[in-house]
Amino acid sequence: MYLTFVFRSIRGMLRGGPAYRSWVFLLACIAGFGALAYSRQAQHGLGITGMTDEVSWGLYIANFTFLVGIAAAGVMMVIPGYLYHHKEIKGAVLLGEIVAIGALIMCLLFVVVDLGRPDRMWHMIPPFGRFHFPVSMLSWDVVVLNGYLLLNLHVPGYLLYKKYRGEKPASWLYLPFVYISIIWAVSIHTVTAFLYTGLAGKPFWNAAILAPRFIASAFCAGPAFIILVLEIVKRRTAFPLGDRVIGFLRMVVLIAGLINIFLLISEVFTEFYAHSAHVASAQYLFFGLHGHNQLVPFIWTSITLNVTALLALMSRQLEHRGTLLRVIPLVMLIVAIWIEKGMGLVIPGFTPTPLGEILEYHPTANEIAVTAGVWAIGLLVMTVLIKHAVDIETGVLRQNKAPAGGLVRP
Amino acid sequence: MSRKARFKEGSCGRRGFLKLLTVTAVGAMALPSESEAFDLDAFIQRHFKELDKEALAKTLRRLEEKYDHDYGRDDFKVRADGPQPGVHYAYALNLSKCIGCRRCVQACVEENNQHRGDPERGDRIDYIRVLEMEKGSLNVEKSEHFYDHEVPAEGKYYMPVQCHHCNDAPCVKACPVEATWQEPDGIVVVDYNWCIGCRYCAAACPYWARKFNWVKPRIPSEEINPDTHYLGNRPRYQGVMEKCTFCINRVRRGLNPACHDICPTGSRKFGNLLDENSVIRQIIATKRVFILKEEVGTDPSFYYFFD
Repeated sequence: MYLTFVFRSIRGMLRGGPAYRSWVFLLACIAGFGALAYSRQAQHGLGITGMTDEVSWGLYIANFTFLVGIAAAGVMMVIPGYLYHHKEIKGAVLLGEIVAIGALIMCLLFVVVDLGRPDRMWHMIPPFGRFHFPVSMLSWDVVVLNGYLLLNLHVPGYLLYKKYRGEKPASWLYLPFVYISIIWAVSIHTVTAFLYTGLAGKPFWNAAILAPRFIASAFCAGPAFIILVLEIVKRRTAFPLGDRVIGFLRMVVLIAGLINIFLLISEVFTEFYAHSAHVASAQYLFFGLHGHNQLVPFIWTSITLNVTALLALMSRQLEHRGTLLRVIPLVMLIVAIWIEKGMGLVIPGFTPTPLGEILEYHPTANEIAVTAGVWAIGLLVMTVLIKHAVDIETGVLRQNKAPAGGLVRP
Repeated sequence: MSRKARFKEGSCGRRGFLKLLTVTAVGAMALPSESEAFDLDAFIQRHFKELDKEALAKTLRRLEEKYDHDYGRDDFKVRADGPQPGVHYAYALNLSKCIGCRRCVQACVEENNQHRGDPERGDRIDYIRVLEMEKGSLNVEKSEHFYDHEVPAEGKYYMPVQCHHCNDAPCVKACPVEATWQEPDGIVVVDYNWCIGCRYCAAACPYWARKFNWVKPRIPSEEINPDTHYLGNRPRYQGVMEKCTFCINRVRRGLNPACHDICPTGSRKFGNLLDENSVIRQIIATKRVFILKEEVGTDPSFYYFFD
């Protein structure tokens, strides 16, 4: 019976209007292209990327760090939705959790494509492997990310299946997991921040403010991303979404964004006013160091986008204008935080090296292709799962009903 | 200032991307493979510490055969000499004497079978980086790494940096699979058959001592040192981390590290920290000794001193 459900679900995911099908096709092409690029990397080694012993993490870990934030934010809507039984939000929670699933799959893929020996991943799994838990922060990250993925697969999976069967979900089978996932969401980004802050040899990362900044920026970019998803779902499907959900999320984005800016100011002040020997990395990021200034235009673009978008969000008029005007500040924020929590965080940590050398990192075309492939896979997972959720929630896909076409309007 | 020129395949840009499109479209399979053929015995091999006597002996023989085959030789030795009780190795480097000639860097590469790289690219793996420091400053950010003139230069002093074999090593803490650890005699080692290549240890190291095999290491057959140790200078794999082991293949047989023996100035001193009469203990007792980056709290087994 469950197999029938799976079979009908997959069939439903492959059906849809021309817009849906071309989007899925496009993502599948990019994913396939990325897979080819990865096969090149697997053959020739990570030497095919722009990474060096000087800057030994690059685009992959930068995207990983940013996406952990997006995944963590999936839970933002869980809090009012389940804790206060905020009805309108409950439907959106489902979509938020699906966004988290897609983001987590990207996170895990980015870690895997960054490994020099992916064939030895089983070394992490006891009893045959040796998992360095709880000493290594990386082992903590493996635990919290996979745990969060399981939680986010279980809750929407269970709710959707029950709805499909036309039954009422038993609250003891999902509510406890909802509460766990709230704490867990904060933990994934905190642990990821600790991965960096725990390194005493890297002054740029070894700062207590990093974890709070991670959380603030995650709760800014994450809900912004979810609003984009909600806007699309609302426009293209009959999925029940109240107007208040998006308003609530915009408020979250604004507040988290303002806190993030405040923390940024605190960080910049501390680094530059004291002007200790530790300022070199921040100097490199914001102003350039000894003629090396590759990241400078990026970080100032990020700051400009950040501030402009927050100012735009503060003006309430924008909410009632066209969709485009509502959405542009959110896109700006996502890009800003992608720069800031990605390359703007990872690369300066390595520059200068602990021995004072400066070597700038340039991602290669192959590396960019792999990165695009991982993004495509994650967005593909999000797309088909959202389509699935929409089909079930709107009653297109039901156990006692013959399957119909997709709901996406042409 | 002569920085190493580095070239990476397929530079980022529209042209590079278009080129990649064609190359990838032609098919990744058509490219000559640099990666190793799949080896089941290597794939299922257990962690070094979990190998019993028999399994270890079998593994060492298998590796010898593989290396003989890979490098077209018949004289490979892979040993696994264990630590001696009552020994903790330590190194001391005399900054008053070092002239920055970098003979130690070269001797190290020859002894430890590092990836020779492409001289044009400058991607050889070195375990030792000699910093040309400004007199009056200990700030490594003011140092010159790629000096290319007669040494010693006026107003400069020279500070070679390599693995400090820390007793509270950030790299050991960082590793998610325990592929790197400190041996009872103080040497921090890597099991090249266990490392998954995540490079978290490299990010953690305050001395920039850990080096990664970004490509399959290339060493001309005639330059190979066939006298090797499992935890030390045996040839490495693509995608794993490596580092200075104080020449574990030498010191565990009572010899000194290669960098120590080659040094023309006698500025390198090596010995047993637990032996009261060792040269290391004498230096600690009588010289002005300091630890590099003491503030990061790594408790290294590597000291610098002045006369």
